[in-house]
Amino acid sequence: MSYLELRGITKIYGDGPTEVHALSNVDLSVEAGSLVAVMGASGSGKSTLLTIAGSLEDPTSGEVYVGGRPLSSMSRNGKAQLRRQSIGYVFQDYNLLAGLSAVENVSLPLELDGVSARKAQKSALEALEDFGLDERATHYPDQLSGGERQRVAIARAVVGGRQLLLADEPSGALDSTNAESVMRLILAACHRGLAAVVVTHDAQLASWADRVIFLRDGRIVDQTLPTESPEKFLAELPKS
Amino acid sequence: MSIRHALLALLSEGPKYGLQLRQEFEARTGEVWPLNVGQVYTTLQRLERDGLVESDDSADEGPQKGFHITEEGATELDEWLRTPPDFSSPPRDELVIKVLVALELPGVDVHELVQVHRRYLVELMQQWTRLKEDESRLDLNFALVVDAELFRLDSLIRWLDTVDGRLKRAAASVDAPAPQSFPLPKARRKVGNPQ
Repeated sequence: MSYLELRGITKIYGDGPTEVHALSNVDLSVEAGSLVAVMGASGSGKSTLLTIAGSLEDPTSGEVYVGGRPLSSMSRNGKAQLRRQSIGYVFQDYNLLAGLSAVENVSLPLELDGVSARKAQKSALEALEDFGLDERATHYPDQLSGGERQRVAIARAVVGGRQLLLADEPSGALDSTNAESVMRLILAACHRGLAAVVVTHDAQLASWADRVIFLRDGRIVDQTLPTESPEKFLAELPKS
Repeated sequence: MSIRHALLALLSEGPKYGLQLRQEFEARTGEVWPLNVGQVYTTLQRLERDGLVESDDSADEGPQKGFHITEEGATELDEWLRTPPDFSSPPRDELVIKVLVALELPGVDVHELVQVHRRYLVELMQQWTRLKEDESRLDLNFALVVDAELFRLDSLIRWLDTVDGRLKRAAASVDAPAPQSFPLPKARRKVGNPQ
């Protein structure tokens, strides 16, 4: 079953002669346990799609379903609760709070959601441990490398059993080895049942996804077909 | 790819026989470039003829016949490693040619054509990335081969993205000056080994 579903999403900014169609009639389903990448040039509507999927912005028309529930039927507080409990966000520039240590950054969303500080810290430490960052837990963002900061940001996005991960160019500022580590973490989270959407212009990043959607001028113009098994692909490579 | 030099490299580690060379070659390239055994023996015969390897005279012809590298072979291998491949002139890339042809044809939606090729390349990249997913089978050589292929395909996709961007900009600039054509550089001195 789809955990995230966008049906007929249109987003128009401005009106009259300054009207801009950021998204036009976009349909998208993301199953639990799957990773979908959305590729497109700057200005194609990728980031708008992500903010609408994450309930940070309302569409002009169309409906977004998260976990089967239509966002249009939720109050402002209901959406805020959904965001805290079910949706994790990862951005290119990490968005960690500079005055908090790694473990405090990860535990913050749980505490904001009413989890006790002790329990939140325990869950945050476990998440950091999963990502190989337990020894960096008390370090502040400026004491971490770019790759480590993004791993902390992903830990923060998935902590507490969130079910939807939305990532905007999550490895844009990283070298290719660190970018690969970030995608491995996101993929591992999907294998544990999370639904994830990564928007990017980078094909290397997108190629980690189960399905790649191509966006142009606010419309979905194409998508990839399912891949073959690695064994079959290797066996069918042309012989030299 | 130079099978000749790959075999010399394997023999620089010590004497080996033909079947073993084939197995080691395939294992070290992550089985991405399979070789047929006939190719291995033909190459070994040529290397022997050129004095770059010597065979073990005592053994019979066949899979158990051993080979070792000569001093000339070791020098040849070292020179090959240090000679940059010839990247001096642009290759006749079929994808580039298809897009250039499409630009001249009336009624062809070049953006749509670019997307056909982009999707195919992304699907290929997904297949190569799948090979990296299972870290238990990802030894260093295999990872490097897969990375090289991913970077190659990625560079083609970036070029297609640039085609889209340039066409969009060209369509938007109504008063654009007539394009100036520049001759392609003539092929420069070859630096590569012509193997």
